[in-house]
Amino acid sequence: MLDNDPLARVLYVDLTRRSFSIKTRPELFEAGLGGTGVGIRLLEEECAPGTDPYAPGNPIVLAVGPLTGLYPLASKTVAMFKSPHTGNLGESHAGGRSAIAIRMAGYGAIVIRGASSSPVYLAMDGSQVHFRDASALWGTHNAYTVGTVLRERESGAGVRSIMRIGRAGEMGVSYASVISETYRHFGRLGLGAVFGSKKLKGLVIGGHRSLPVADRRAYRKVYDVLFKAATQSPVMKKYHELGTAMNILPMNAMGALPTRNLQERSFEGAEAICGETLAEQYLGRRVACAHCQVACVHLAAVRYPYPKEPYFYKTSMIGYDHEPIFAIGSLLGGTDVKGMFQLIDEAEIQGVDVMSMGVTLAWATEAFERGLISTNETDGLELKWGNYPAYLEAAGRIVSQPNDFYRAIARGAEHAAALYGGADFALTFGGNEMPGYHTGPGCHLGYLTGARHSHLDSAGYSLDQKAGAKGEALTPEGVATGLVEEERWRQVLTSLVICLFARGMYAPDVVLQALATAGFEWSADDLTRFGAEVLHRKYAFKQREGFDLSALRIPGRILETPTPLGKIDEEFMRQSIQAYSRAV
Amino acid sequence: MAKRLALLDKERCVGCQSCMFACARRPGVGGLASTSIWVRSAGGIRKGFVVIVCRACPDPPCSRVCPTDALPLRPGGGVRLKSELCIGCRNCAEACPYGAVLWDGEQNKPEICIHCGYCVSYCPYDVLSMEEIASDRMAEGASVGGGTHARQ
Repeated sequence: MLDNDPLARVLYVDLTRRSFSIKTRPELFEAGLGGTGVGIRLLEEECAPGTDPYAPGNPIVLAVGPLTGLYPLASKTVAMFKSPHTGNLGESHAGGRSAIAIRMAGYGAIVIRGASSSPVYLAMDGSQVHFRDASALWGTHNAYTVGTVLRERESGAGVRSIMRIGRAGEMGVSYASVISETYRHFGRLGLGAVFGSKKLKGLVIGGHRSLPVADRRAYRKVYDVLFKAATQSPVMKKYHELGTAMNILPMNAMGALPTRNLQERSFEGAEAICGETLAEQYLGRRVACAHCQVACVHLAAVRYPYPKEPYFYKTSMIGYDHEPIFAIGSLLGGTDVKGMFQLIDEAEIQGVDVMSMGVTLAWATEAFERGLISTNETDGLELKWGNYPAYLEAAGRIVSQPNDFYRAIARGAEHAAALYGGADFALTFGGNEMPGYHTGPGCHLGYLTGARHSHLDSAGYSLDQKAGAKGEALTPEGVATGLVEEERWRQVLTSLVICLFARGMYAPDVVLQALATAGFEWSADDLTRFGAEVLHRKYAFKQREGFDLSALRIPGRILETPTPLGKIDEEFMRQSIQAYSRAV
Repeated sequence: MAKRLALLDKERCVGCQSCMFACARRPGVGGLASTSIWVRSAGGIRKGFVVIVCRACPDPPCSRVCPTDALPLRPGGGVRLKSELCIGCRNCAEACPYGAVLWDGEQNKPEICIHCGYCVSYCPYDVLSMEEIASDRMAEGASVGGGTHARQ
């Protein structure tokens, strides 16, 4: 890396002692690049075996990469921690202004240790960390308000990021999110609960600086290649126009859209909640992360009347994407679009992962339908498909946790099913709730084996769809190899904190050219080796913390409801997991 | 004929900040230390964005308050920076009601837009464009400036 690149600076914040230090560690970034590769190394250093995710010893690591601030779409921040939701590796990625702000403040990574004795937020720039009292912010009903307060209270030049938790994080909901700039999140695996356990309400960081490059002319040339790809390439078009919500109709048409807790795989209301309809009737604004020309963030302008006052309305701007539409729409069987938007907004207000909340409520609805739980447990709520007023109330109770049942679903579907039954239809993979694809065995194997238990780990749905299109049968070895190869390459991308939507424009040769201008003279073989090594490290951490591929629970429901490739065979799944285990 | 940077429609701005990075990248460096265009949220991303550009005033207050004549008038409107004369007092930045005199903290000098249009070619949403400055305005600018600008 270049000698004068501020990427090498790591900011260590100790919440217990209210102190901080800055260390310059070029070797860390030369070996790990940034993002995932640096994050896992710092997690290894900071997180002792068997750490309780809610204890002060659980570190929060935030890392960006060498291409951040130089090239478009290198715009994610990678968070690493021990997950309160799965009790294992926590890795979550957020966009917004977060990555640019950390890079412009002059850091490659931030490590937050310990816990504060009273609520606090951090105001940080390139040389200072201020520990600000947040006791008056603690307990604020609405996470939007916290963002507004921090934005107005903290001055500071440059690009700023404001990260904060909602009430869910304070209350330890295991799938609480950290919200970045509204609409972007460290959504998955419960980073919000880790913030909450440390009495850390939020942080503001920003700055304004230049970054060195190895060759000025080459830098501008490589930039133009990437800029052209970001703005003109067909691979970016879908994110750009309808956004990820354009997946709803094709998924539905092929019978891969999980509906009513995956009792079904196509949804009669798909037309009402698809990207096309939402764009036509609700799209109010499109927004981008910092230094991303794609602008995939779609905001619906939804007008709600006040029921008791005529001519009184409020208009909410609500972010939507494929995943929330699946988790809150089809999976809960709702065709009331305004109700769906309201529940998506409630997840933003409370600060919970909208996907885990939707999948958990879908489990609860089926458990209610089957009589495993009743209004005794729900305290009077009729959890029935599409009943958004009841779901909205339930979302509030997941956070306030007034009884054992709500305390259970505040830990997710798997935990609740262990107490109330219905594990076969608890749609969790490695403890994490499923994403919105039921394309075949590949997608579910990806959720099971991926180190984050996310569709973004290894894109198994893509293997399913390719096999379907070619009319070829999948084999356990074929799927396992496909998943491992993809997941390894994605470690390279996420170490450079390149948004995975940009994976099509950051092919290996472009990545190497971009890295060279940032002073990293790497070869294609180096990248391949690096990807395998990072995945290996993540798996070593998972195994150290008790993860066992052979003990993975396969939810019965995914075997019952056919996919576009037919019914999934459990034996095929087990063989594929074994093959993955050998390959990784 | 002189041209200036024009804001066509800020409602089309998605907040990608591509223009800011372009301006800073023009001399071949990364980051954002020296950019003379800025995009920020209009009080939270919900409400859209504010795009701050130099409007190439015919009678620019930034120039009038400069104690060292480091900001002579540019033909057609706006100013040029004579860097060697600048003492970094920030009067110019404070005088601009748009906040369009941005500050390069590393150099301790104002970032003065030269209306080169480099940012325009990196705005994917037609928020920005270059426009020709009408000749009557050029005359007005010249008469106001007149080589020796008044100081307040």
